[in-house]
Amino acid sequence: MTTLANQPQTALDEARAHNARTRRNQVISAVIRYAILAAVGFIMLYPLLWLVGASFKTNAEIFASPSFIPENPTVEGYQRGWETSTRWNFGHFFLNTLWIIIPKTIGTAISATLVAYGFARFEFPFKKILFVTVIATLLLPNVVTRIPQYLLFRDLGWLDTYLPLWVPSALAGDAFFVFMLIQFLRAIPRDMEEAARVDGANTIQTLVFIVIPMLAPAIISVCLFQFMWTMNDFLGPLIYISSVEKYPVSLALRLSLDVTEAFQWNQVLAMSALTLAPSLLVFFVAQRYFIEGISTGGVKG
Amino acid sequence: MGGEKKWIGLVYVMPYVVGLVIFTAIPFGASFYLSFTDYPLLRDPMWVGLANYTELLFHDRTFHRALQVTLTYVFITVPLKLAFALLIAYVLNYKLKAIGFFRTAYYVPSILGGSVAIAVLWRYIFADIGLVNMVLTGLGFEAINFFGDPRYALLTITLLRVWQFGSAMVIFLAALQSIPTHVYEAAAIDGANKAQTFFYITLPLITPVIFFNLILQMVEAFQEFNGPFIITDGTGAPLRSTYLVPLYIYDKAFRQFDMGYASAIAWILFAIIMVLTVIAFWSSRHWVYYAGDRRS
Repeated sequence: MTTLANQPQTALDEARAHNARTRRNQVISAVIRYAILAAVGFIMLYPLLWLVGASFKTNAEIFASPSFIPENPTVEGYQRGWETSTRWNFGHFFLNTLWIIIPKTIGTAISATLVAYGFARFEFPFKKILFVTVIATLLLPNVVTRIPQYLLFRDLGWLDTYLPLWVPSALAGDAFFVFMLIQFLRAIPRDMEEAARVDGANTIQTLVFIVIPMLAPAIISVCLFQFMWTMNDFLGPLIYISSVEKYPVSLALRLSLDVTEAFQWNQVLAMSALTLAPSLLVFFVAQRYFIEGISTGGVKG
Repeated sequence: MGGEKKWIGLVYVMPYVVGLVIFTAIPFGASFYLSFTDYPLLRDPMWVGLANYTELLFHDRTFHRALQVTLTYVFITVPLKLAFALLIAYVLNYKLKAIGFFRTAYYVPSILGGSVAIAVLWRYIFADIGLVNMVLTGLGFEAINFFGDPRYALLTITLLRVWQFGSAMVIFLAALQSIPTHVYEAAAIDGANKAQTFFYITLPLITPVIFFNLILQMVEAFQEFNGPFIITDGTGAPLRSTYLVPLYIYDKAFRQFDMGYASAIAWILFAIIMVLTVIAFWSSRHWVYYAGDRRS
């Protein structure tokens, strides 16, 4: 008798115990995950933290302790580093970088949008084969085309100008962006465009007034990625830009490494931190565009 | 519905076509041609047949060493980076409150990693008395002469690129989040444990993305230049243990202006990348899982 009365009770207990166990497991799992994430995050970001801290240290202190907090904070590294060993200060090199980035980014945005629109919305002769070349270019190692490109720019008289950095991008040369915009466009329904066409809009009007507003977040992603990549680009300027006057910050930083590094560590670190600042700033202001851009470009298709 | 309608799309893609021909297709063919020539830049290319290739393949010790270093670098860096990216994406793919914060934090190195400034930072961190050695000695280990010891120098470049696992991670994370929950529920009902769920459900479902990341990272790793160039002042020191093939191409082409020979090196590198890509594509039939309705 007692067993019969007890049975439902035990089942209920068991269920409760099971629930408690599940909940406990979930809590443990969450704790482990947070612990892993925090530890990895700390190790990942500490070098950057250290860079910023060390840029305010005195030279004597930089290699004295692993802590990032300067004991005697100084802006000497920034002041001296900014002056550089050349006739120009770092502001000059920042302006050069900007002068490379702005035309390049605008050219990329316009050409990639036009080309992606063409691929995503029209049928035309050779479309299939041309689209295959987009994918092929995406995977083609630049190393194999670099030497003839250099020779071409030499013959055009473009060496030591920014044209080799601008023009290929303005002709939709960065296949990644074309591909990314095509992926975005394919996900956008055509109803509005068709309605506009019925109302008598031509393809350019449809592009400008219907497609571009809808595609704006993706175009912003393209601009941001191009900004970052150009900011970081080193090999392009290294090959094409020879006069110090036209150096972007990446080359100027390398130059300061050659000249001052032997003992003026804080200058080099200060200028390194400074050259990272624009990219970091842009990233934090607009991070969702980066994440969306890379997720879409990478996953679909 | 005029006849021009057929061509209007072609007009839109025309910038791309022009760029493709001028900056990709012609240079691609030209570099192949140049690889069979002796071309010291100041005079016209002279046809030498296979001489560059036989020199490279059978005699050039610098090239053999660079190739060996490059293959070591790629085969260590790419799997390590992908595994790490997948692991962190897996840990992140959970109803955690701070997921956005961590995703952002992990992505930061990817944004900055290619820059000169980060390579400079690496020189300081792995210096004899740098941050890493201070931590190592603080923990009671012996300091490592990272840039002086050929066994470790390449590792610093690998760590630099693994540190930038963020973009691969974001792609993995998006793929993990697109797996419908009912798949996991079905597995749980069937009594699958976590490891089984991961290896038999999660992993197969994201193989297309693993494949995509693998190809992308491999092509990138074979062309690594900025890291070793800046960290070692372009020398590939010590004992050329970080002298990757792209550094050799740069030296031959833009320091010694030996354009024909440099083109031949580029083509050998290209051929290796192609062969590995083709192997990857061919093998993908056996390990990449495509759902039937994947393409919209």
